[in-house]
Amino acid sequence: MIGQSTVLAAEFPPSVEDFYLPSILPWGAHDTYWFTKITFLVWLTVAAIIIFFLVSYRKPELVPTKKQWLAESIYGFVRNNISVEMIGPRGVAFAPYLTTLFCFILLNNLWGIVPLVQISPNSHIAFPAVLAVISYVLFIYVGIRHHGGAVKYFKAALIPPAPWFILPLLIPIEFFSNFMVRPFSLAVRLFANMFAGHMLLLVFTLGGFAMISANVWFTPFALVSWAMTIALTLLELLVIVLQAYVFTVLTASYVQGALADEH
Amino acid sequence: MLLAEVVGSTAAIGYGLAAIGPGIGVGLVFSAYIQSTARQPESSRLTLPYVWIGFAVIEALALLGIAFGFIWQGPL
Repeated sequence: MIGQSTVLAAEFPPSVEDFYLPSILPWGAHDTYWFTKITFLVWLTVAAIIIFFLVSYRKPELVPTKKQWLAESIYGFVRNNISVEMIGPRGVAFAPYLTTLFCFILLNNLWGIVPLVQISPNSHIAFPAVLAVISYVLFIYVGIRHHGGAVKYFKAALIPPAPWFILPLLIPIEFFSNFMVRPFSLAVRLFANMFAGHMLLLVFTLGGFAMISANVWFTPFALVSWAMTIALTLLELLVIVLQAYVFTVLTASYVQGALADEH
Repeated sequence: MLLAEVVGSTAAIGYGLAAIGPGIGVGLVFSAYIQSTARQPESSRLTLPYVWIGFAVIEALALLGIAFGFIWQGPL
């Protein structure tokens, strides 16, 4: 009994170390490894998205089949409710990228609650950071192209309509909030949601085991802890879909801000 | 001489304080949505995207609290 309990209690409380998964290739290495479960999950996500959209549009029919209807619904949702609603009629040009972004983030987040997998690649800061950088470059590029030059775009983006004597205060604020906080907050919002969600599930799961191994009479409390884990998994599902939606909507909103003619 | 001493993790206290603001903020967002829908139900569909954007942007600050709690942990 003592031997079992020390093994079960070993990892409580969960920490950042729980996010460093063992390397698969090269097997058991401790530095400079390149293939872990996270890498495999990202490859799975990309493969799933490509295969799903390719297969469901192989022979498109006027009366859609179930798979075609699902693919069209996903694209239609992002195009109508995110792209066109945020950017306007020009949003249709951005709909393919936004749909890819939405599906990629959603599927990556979903690995966090799939049984036996239960880790989301977005809980490593690298993936949200790169996605945020892509959105950052996108809205700046679109702004420069729309306004016809970098100087004109930055003048339009940084100078709010305000009396001249407040501008020295407002322009640094606008610069900071438009060009520094936006990519940072996009990345950290997605990362921290997935990180915190995973930690929360770890706390309740490992807490149940820790309670049992501390004192076998605590078993009812451990069962309550595991029931909380199930409830939190459902909450995590809401957070997953919401974070994918919000990342996409905010990217569309930044593009709309770059395309706006008046400030 | 020490009159009183608090031991333990100040990161935990810090996060507790950091969660006050976003808690109030998210409450304000949803309260505004509920009140505006009560006054004019047809507007609920128009304002719903802003509910989710507002919630996520405010929640980002609470989650920054969790993340920075680990970064600024200090000696364990």
